[in-house]
Amino acid sequence: MNRNLKKYFPLFVLPTLAAFTIAFLIPFLLGIYLSFTKFTTVNDASFVGIDNYIKAFQNHDFLNALWFTTRFVVVSVLTINIFAFAVALLLTRGKRGTNVFRTIFFMPNLIGGIVLGYIWKLIINGILYRYGVTLTYSENYGFWGLVVLMNWQMIGYMMIIYIAGIQNVPDDLTEAAKIDGASKWQLLRHVTLPMVMPSITICLFLTLSNSFKLFDQNLALTAGDPSKRSSMLALDIYDTFYGRNGWEGVGQAKAVVFFLIVAAIALLQLKITRKKEVES
Amino acid sequence: MKAKQKASDIIILIILFCLAVLFLAPIFIVLMNSFKGKLYISDAPFQFPSQETFSGLENYIEGIKKIKFVSAFGWSFLITVGSVLLIILLTAMTAWYITRVKSKVTNALYYLFVFSMIVPFQMVMFTMTKVANMTHLDNPIGIMLIYLGFGSGLSVFMFCGFVKSIPLEIEEASIIDGCNPVQTYFQVVLPMLKPIVITVSILNVMWIWNDYLLPYLVIGRDYKTIPIAIQYLKGGYGSIDMGAMMAMLVLAIIPIVLFYLSCQKYIIKGVTAGAVKG
Repeated sequence: MNRNLKKYFPLFVLPTLAAFTIAFLIPFLLGIYLSFTKFTTVNDASFVGIDNYIKAFQNHDFLNALWFTTRFVVVSVLTINIFAFAVALLLTRGKRGTNVFRTIFFMPNLIGGIVLGYIWKLIINGILYRYGVTLTYSENYGFWGLVVLMNWQMIGYMMIIYIAGIQNVPDDLTEAAKIDGASKWQLLRHVTLPMVMPSITICLFLTLSNSFKLFDQNLALTAGDPSKRSSMLALDIYDTFYGRNGWEGVGQAKAVVFFLIVAAIALLQLKITRKKEVES
Repeated sequence: MKAKQKASDIIILIILFCLAVLFLAPIFIVLMNSFKGKLYISDAPFQFPSQETFSGLENYIEGIKKIKFVSAFGWSFLITVGSVLLIILLTAMTAWYITRVKSKVTNALYYLFVFSMIVPFQMVMFTMTKVANMTHLDNPIGIMLIYLGFGSGLSVFMFCGFVKSIPLEIEEASIIDGCNPVQTYFQVVLPMLKPIVITVSILNVMWIWNDYLLPYLVIGRDYKTIPIAIQYLKGGYGSIDMGAMMAMLVLAIIPIVLFYLSCQKYIIKGVTAGAVKG
């Protein structure tokens, strides 16, 4: 079987591998190389060492985006997971019509980022209109706008994962705790929470990487206004590439840094999940 | 005890109901404003259309003309369906091969595919666009190959996980019956992959249908998908035709809601499976 199949490599693997090479491998390797060069198109690259990286970290917009993104990630990861877990608790306790609610809460997750951004732009501007300002008046409005938007989009998704986790808690465990006289709070704290720890890990990392890589919503909601103060990392990289002549190399260097942070988050997740599997 | 239980049930129901209203409100507000004259939207988005502000289908007609919504829908549909079919057909084959043939090469390929999953789009954004230009893939057919290449990581990974759980005996039996690997794959293996095919399809449909930046950079100048067309409505100088914008947002949401309501069970299952494994 094994040997028989082996010679079918050109049919089974080659088409995927060819597309993968063109769309991913070559661009990825070329990207790393170009981050050490100065270029405007790919053909005129000249080597400049780590110049681009130094420029990137001296660039005020980049540092601002890094700080904005970090704050955004912390706030949105916390709020999304707390709300999603609370909703999941409510849905697993109530009996009637829970499916209808699940359907409604999950729906925003399917709407694309650009559309989401413009929906919330209308609503937030509508509220701010009474105070005579707009969303792009201060980066704080953009910040909280993005947090609300992200909550609206992700709560339903995380809720589904938490519901699955809560439903997997064995009934006899909660029964035993109740017989031992545990209060509702103790039950939640000492039985439910530890049992749904795997779901919590998944949700934390999912919200973490999604918030970190946010682009479409950012572009549609504020496009970085006022004057790039509400740009997140992905948008800042985009602006560096396509909005500033001669800075393509710096844009690529920023992209590499961005990739390294995302990869570090992914590795951390892998390490934590692996450790959990061994323990359980 | 029972009465207390009942009371708390009702409170939970009320809370959930309020939340549901809160979740649906944004979509309802957009729908409401899509029927108002464009000058009445920004100042008072929370007011119902009145006799004075109601504008019928004017926004829809103007928006459809302005961003060529019909052709945008067509491109989005063609690119999404074409790319997903291509991804399913080819990555499932690849996954079966690299799971069944054990060698250093297939092992390396597997890890390469997995690695590509963690690379954010911004890392390859510029260079991928250049490569697509140079290889003349910057058209609606070519972009399907780009999607195949960039999306193969997650798809191969998920198919591999599933193939590992299929017992080898079934395939061996078909070989003994005289099938060659191609026949074995299409007649025996592929039918067994059905549940994971649905999951992978849904994940890819959600991604490609909503994707903005990749198609914008690769084909955006000549072919506008729905997200590109909506972003295009914003124009360069910050002036937005709010009426047309509202109407087009509604038209962009309708297909998603229909798709969701018709295969909700699979979507929730698929998206969750993608999260847990990815």
